[in-house]
Amino acid sequence: MIRNTPVLTGRNLQKRYGRVVAMDNSDFDLYPREILAVIGDNGAGKSTLIRAMTGAVQPDAGEIRLDGQPTTLANPQAARDLGIETVYQNLALSPALSIADNMFLGREILRGGVAGWFRMLDKPAMRKQAREQLNTLGLMTIQSIDQAVETLSGGQRQGVAVARAAAFGSKVLMLDEPTAALGVKESRKVLDLILGVRERGLPIVLISHNMPHVFEIADRIHVHRLGKRLCVVDPKKVSMSDAVALMTGAVQPTPEMMAG
Amino acid sequence: MVMSQTKDDFEAGLSKASTQVADFSRRRGPLERVQHGLHANPTLVPVMVLLFGIAVFGLIVGERFFNAFTLTLILQQVAIVGIVGVAQTLIVLTAGIDLSVGAIMVLSSVIMGQFAVTLGIPAPIALFCGLALGTICGIVNGVLVALVRLPPFIVTLGTWFVFEAANFIYTQNQTIRAQDVEAAAPLLQFLGRTFHVGGAVFTYAVVAMVGLVLLFFYILNHTAWGRHVYAIGDDLDAARLSGIRTTKMLISVYAVAGLICGFGGWALIGRLGSISPTSGYEANIQSITAVVIGGTSLFGGRGSVIGTLIGALIVGVFAMGLRIWGTDPQWTRLTVGALIILAVAADQWIRKASA
Repeated sequence: MIRNTPVLTGRNLQKRYGRVVAMDNSDFDLYPREILAVIGDNGAGKSTLIRAMTGAVQPDAGEIRLDGQPTTLANPQAARDLGIETVYQNLALSPALSIADNMFLGREILRGGVAGWFRMLDKPAMRKQAREQLNTLGLMTIQSIDQAVETLSGGQRQGVAVARAAAFGSKVLMLDEPTAALGVKESRKVLDLILGVRERGLPIVLISHNMPHVFEIADRIHVHRLGKRLCVVDPKKVSMSDAVALMTGAVQPTPEMMAG
Repeated sequence: MVMSQTKDDFEAGLSKASTQVADFSRRRGPLERVQHGLHANPTLVPVMVLLFGIAVFGLIVGERFFNAFTLTLILQQVAIVGIVGVAQTLIVLTAGIDLSVGAIMVLSSVIMGQFAVTLGIPAPIALFCGLALGTICGIVNGVLVALVRLPPFIVTLGTWFVFEAANFIYTQNQTIRAQDVEAAAPLLQFLGRTFHVGGAVFTYAVVAMVGLVLLFFYILNHTAWGRHVYAIGDDLDAARLSGIRTTKMLISVYAVAGLICGFGGWALIGRLGSISPTSGYEANIQSITAVVIGGTSLFGGRGSVIGTLIGALIVGVFAMGLRIWGTDPQWTRLTVGALIILAVAADQWIRKASA
């Protein structure tokens, strides 16, 4: 793997909620064209870390850099404007709206001229682009782009959510438990989809509890424990049981792992 | 797409696995097919009820009901509920409810009348002030719902009383007579004027109502704002995470609803001729009735303004049909009550259909 400058970094991030320390001088690094898995036991603070990196939580202290430039992510919209897209566990799709409407929800394509001032939608363009995006990601098993999202299976919905994020994310794609609610076959499709997105050059952060999935597709694994990054391991050199042992504190990481 | 390889290739057996993923499509019964059809086209039920109602009264009462004059009279009678119903639909689509629509409508009409007739301000300016006041009332509701985060039912229950009381305090419960309005500001009565097409009689309020319904049908389906109305009612968190500024959006929906209610106030002057602070007080319940019978879901995110128009017409047809038939007016209320419950039951049933 090429180790050039990281796309997204966090340094000494801290966050307290009253007496609870959710982030305790945590670091974070994401390199170009990689899939970085973030694992950690429940309550380890992974979600606080991810929320800080996507603008949903403001760290009390520490520094976030995007492409080497210090940035503050004031809210999720600010992160999105900078090209950091997140697929939330609860998907953030509107069930009654169509696939095309959902793909462009919040950033619709408007018609030109006077019609644009009234925020009239360019529906043909939205349909066309949505179809193209789903096609590139091999998702066109979906019958119609005008179908309501609630008529799709869990895997297809996840596919739409990932496709949407991949279409708009220019820097980073964050996936929060993308396979948690899916069956074996649907999970497989989503994993293939994630690999497809990496092929197109977008680095991916994958938060997951599913060790086989993490070890299968991740290039590096960020192990989070007690509010900070414990170590970063290479899935080709470490076994799943070692990773679980690190995550739960059963073993301490070697200095080589600590170096990340 | 080529299947990726798992670590120990433990999913190798998958290639031979059945490709049927819980496919029930072949085993759909006729009832289920109806359910799915209605899920895709929720306005179908009210349309059928409306046609059924017209057919039944056409058969029972015959000519006295089924003629152009009577049928267009129904349109005239539902014009105000139809206009306010558009406002109510917008609010209900966001999973809210607005009990203050009637109060806003009357307050706006009173402002138009007082400004134009009592204060002698030019009618177009008085009209504008009435519409502006309606919008402001809507913004008050919107701010309380979206920024203060109070439940819409409570907010609008409160503002209903506030707007109504303000109206009585301001007017001291005085009615402006129709002759005075006609003399000082005939523009305010414009929507009540009629025109004939053969035996059919229309008021400009009917035209305005149909125009408003079509306009908002277009806005809701073909503009970003319209899609966001559905999105915030469907799943507020999802809408927020999709980057919709939900607070701003909600306030704008209540503001637009207030503006439409102000417009309804103008139509109300046309209907009554006079301007009375005690008129139109049932518009809130009537508009909710039209919305619900029209198939819009009280849980938000589903429904249409066309449905609301149909819902208002259903109530109008039953009211007119039963009256001509000569029944006790209470039968109308009884029928409408039963229709409301049936409509919500149908909505619950339709919502269960998915995939």
